[in-house]
Amino acid sequence: MGSFQSLPDDHPYRTLSQKTGFSLEQIAILHNRFKQLSQNEETLRRDDLQTIQDLESNPIRYEIIEAFFDKRNFQKDDVGSVDEIGFEEFLTVMSYFRAPAHNITEEQKEEMRRAKLRFLFNMHDTDNDGTITLEEYRHVVEELLSRSGALGRETAKGIADAAMLEVASISVGPMAPDEFYEGITFEHFLKILKGIEIETRMHIHFLNMDTTVFCKHHSA
Amino acid sequence: MPSSVYLCLSRAVFLVCFVNPLIMQGLSEDVNEIQDHHHHQQKENLTGLPIVTFRWHHVQTPYLVIIWVFVAGLAKLSVVELSHHVTSVFPESGLLIMLGFVLGGIVWGADMAQTFKLIPPTFFYYLLPQIILDASYFMPNKLFFSNLGAILIYAIFGTCWNAATVGLSLWGCYEAGVMGDLDIGLLQFLLFGSLIAAVDPVAVIAVFEEVHVNEVLFILVFGESLLNDGVTVVLYNVFDAFVSLGGPRIDAAEIFKGIFSFVVVAFGGSFLGIVFAILLSLLTRCTKHIQIIEAGFIFVVGYLSYLTAEMLSLSAILSITFCGICCQKYVNANMDEKSVTTVRHAMKLLANGSETMIFLFLGITAIDTEIWVWNTGFILLTLLFVFIYRIIGTFLFTWMLNKFRLVPIEVIDQVVMSYGGLRGAVAYGLAAMLDEDKIPEKNLMISTTLIVVYFTVILQGITMKPLVQWLKVKRAAHSDLKLIEKLNNRAFDHILAAVEDICGRIGDNWWTRGWNRFEENYISWLLMKSKARKNRDYLFNIFHKLNLEDAINYVSEGERQGSLAFSRSDEAANVDFKKQFGSEFADVMPNIMVDVSNYELGIEHFSVTSIVKDTIPSVSLDIHGQDRKNAMDDINAHHLLQQHLYRSRKNHRHKYSRSHFSINQNEDEVQEIFQRTMRSRLESFKSAKMGVNPAKKITKHHKKELMHKMSNGHTDSTGHLYEDEVDRAVGREAGAINSTFMRDMYTMGAGIENPVFLPDMDSPAHSPPWLMETEAVAPSQRAQRRLPWTPNRLRRLAPMRISTCSTDSFLMADVSLTLEEHDEQPQTDSEEMRPVFD
Repeated sequence: MGSFQSLPDDHPYRTLSQKTGFSLEQIAILHNRFKQLSQNEETLRRDDLQTIQDLESNPIRYEIIEAFFDKRNFQKDDVGSVDEIGFEEFLTVMSYFRAPAHNITEEQKEEMRRAKLRFLFNMHDTDNDGTITLEEYRHVVEELLSRSGALGRETAKGIADAAMLEVASISVGPMAPDEFYEGITFEHFLKILKGIEIETRMHIHFLNMDTTVFCKHHSA
Repeated sequence: MPSSVYLCLSRAVFLVCFVNPLIMQGLSEDVNEIQDHHHHQQKENLTGLPIVTFRWHHVQTPYLVIIWVFVAGLAKLSVVELSHHVTSVFPESGLLIMLGFVLGGIVWGADMAQTFKLIPPTFFYYLLPQIILDASYFMPNKLFFSNLGAILIYAIFGTCWNAATVGLSLWGCYEAGVMGDLDIGLLQFLLFGSLIAAVDPVAVIAVFEEVHVNEVLFILVFGESLLNDGVTVVLYNVFDAFVSLGGPRIDAAEIFKGIFSFVVVAFGGSFLGIVFAILLSLLTRCTKHIQIIEAGFIFVVGYLSYLTAEMLSLSAILSITFCGICCQKYVNANMDEKSVTTVRHAMKLLANGSETMIFLFLGITAIDTEIWVWNTGFILLTLLFVFIYRIIGTFLFTWMLNKFRLVPIEVIDQVVMSYGGLRGAVAYGLAAMLDEDKIPEKNLMISTTLIVVYFTVILQGITMKPLVQWLKVKRAAHSDLKLIEKLNNRAFDHILAAVEDICGRIGDNWWTRGWNRFEENYISWLLMKSKARKNRDYLFNIFHKLNLEDAINYVSEGERQGSLAFSRSDEAANVDFKKQFGSEFADVMPNIMVDVSNYELGIEHFSVTSIVKDTIPSVSLDIHGQDRKNAMDDINAHHLLQQHLYRSRKNHRHKYSRSHFSINQNEDEVQEIFQRTMRSRLESFKSAKMGVNPAKKITKHHKKELMHKMSNGHTDSTGHLYEDEVDRAVGREAGAINSTFMRDMYTMGAGIENPVFLPDMDSPAHSPPWLMETEAVAPSQRAQRRLPWTPNRLRRLAPMRISTCSTDSFLMADVSLTLEEHDEQPQTDSEEMRPVFD
């Protein structure tokens, strides 16, 4: 269960805070959680996340966990995936879900939105070729729908195809049937998600209070 | 009825003189007097057997009611049909009120008194429930519950705030002597404050549906107005009790009891509503065999929840609200799709109708000298306080809420929220219910309430749209996207929940997910049919709807181009099909069929989504628009299907049944078709044996004319096929029937039966079939397949088919019994994904 180590001195936190925008308290809480998950190791592995009990019922947990180990999300212009991440990476990925400060300019807002959508895009674009191909998208949709029981793979495929066609018709207009829509590029992705209020959908509250004790964590 | 009057000789003259003015005057004579008079006259004049009598008093009440409903309908019609310039500026509700002024003026002019006005029982028992039920039944639940905290804060504390501040401020001003001499105490002021406090859902929906604000703002205003109605009624009752108790006898205990009663009444009402929702959901689980009336249960049980709450002196409005909100999901899943449509339409009809009545009568009621008492101070101050405290309250509570909200409510939204504080008929109804003995200034309160209502509904209603435009309020995002958006939303939900899990936080998403799981596992299990449970995935529903839409568009596209066999460029499928067809058609048939239809789905979906423009915002609670488009679609679909699909015997034999719509699926009919076909087949076989050979071709020119006359394509193509078939078939031997019968059956089993949905097989892709006379010898695919049919039969059937626009009734019969279920395959897109609703 929860492990309450003595906190490291504030200095590393301050750097992290500047980098990720979290407050020191939030970082401290997240660090606690990190240690709890990694069983007091310096690094976190996929297994550590996969054993979170609440996550088991999440249909796209694989993609989400993968996102934590994806170098593209570490804001270092690197690609590929890693086997284990340190606290800094953990925090960087978490910061995608941080609510923005209240007084930011429109440009910053737009920048933030872009970053968040990029995160989402990367999650779908598993092979990092800059497009979400039909195959990739189908995979996501199948996963998404896999929990809802009766919907079979065929249906999921159909829904993915229909969604893809929808994207195609919106981003490139009507096409001749022999044309082939190679996949959703990031630009198209931005375009189709234009109407979505990212604020309500990509943000969670990071409290300043430690609640990790309430969460069950069964280590395998 | 007046015409029949003339037949009755002895009383004709009298009655005509008597009744016509009555009708002219808006049916507004003093009714009792007429009745007595009438009775008297009848007895007096009864000298012989009357053939027809005029009995106004027999039908008087329902007649008056229905006349007024009719007038309200006409009023609505005339308001809607007004020139666009007027309706774009004035909200409909305001126009209806003003029309009410006119009508009220007419009635008053005829009677010198207002005979018709909105009385509280009528309003609360017959007009209000369906509006509330409609609003709650169509409530976007997810949005509502995710903003429930804010809505409750506004509805409960906001309303109390409004009531208290308005009441106290008015009392303060009264004590300061601004209003002159009035017989009102503090408690009466508070009572008045509580009745004027609530924002009215009817008025709010009517105005806000015309300005499409963003969904969060909409749900806040709308949810608040819905719930605070309940709160205000409760508050009103508490203060009413206080007033009757009298000032001196109120002590701390009584006040505590008042607060306690407030809580019990409000939450008890909500709880009762939930209980009724559960009952209703359970009930609809087992109404499969009385499909035709199952839609009625929604209304009956909803109304029952309202009345029961009223009986138990719990909050009736909250009760029916929660009944509607909680039952919608399960009821919609359990009931037949048609019943759901029925409920939707009936709900809109009732709600829209009573809304019209309410506004009209709010106008009519005003034209009455009796109720108007003018007190400048009281009225103007009330207007001012209502307006000011609404703004202060909104900003105050929003400021508190924003401390906790992830996405703060913006200042602009707050302005619109406070400006959208429209008062309406509920306030008037409560004011009219005041007891004149206890509250001597009742009429002043009524007239003030009316003025507040007119002021807010008409003036604020008119200025709302410009204000929203001027402030650049974030509007509802209008998008063509549906499926992908929903998919992404679903992904977002899961991601957020997962991230919360990972960072070990019990947050909103954790609760939401926990509830969803509980709901899925237990509540749905209890309240939903097992079959419905499976098909209820939200995404799948969207997918299904989109597919239906596309199918409709596909057909209409075909019709627009004059033929369902309109040339499309997906030749690949055709070629492929032909190739395989030739070799091993019997075996691969079904697979190809499915493939082709899948393929078409893809193409269609893609080309059509760009055409489809949904003008309805995603959150569409408004009583009005919601179904307009759907209705259009339904009509279109009906029209098209009637034109294109297999026309069964229902055209020839009208059958009435109170409990069934589905004449097409009638088994007798299938049987009959089968028998007829067998008979004709036997006959043809007989004639073939006798050596009666078909004489010659049917003249092409005649046919061509026919074809050009008919607008829809499949008739044409069948006609063409017929030529082919006839041409090729001439001289063939009849004995082929037996050898090929089985094969035909099989191919038809794959669902080629319905040519409408398989246009490509009928004709080569590029030119319409009727333009290909030169190729008449080269048989089309279909003709090739049909070669083995006997010539006689073909020839005889040909003209008949053309005349009935149907290729199918006879062919059907060959396979009708075994193949009913396969028959649908090609026409539905991706059949295997389609749920079976039955």
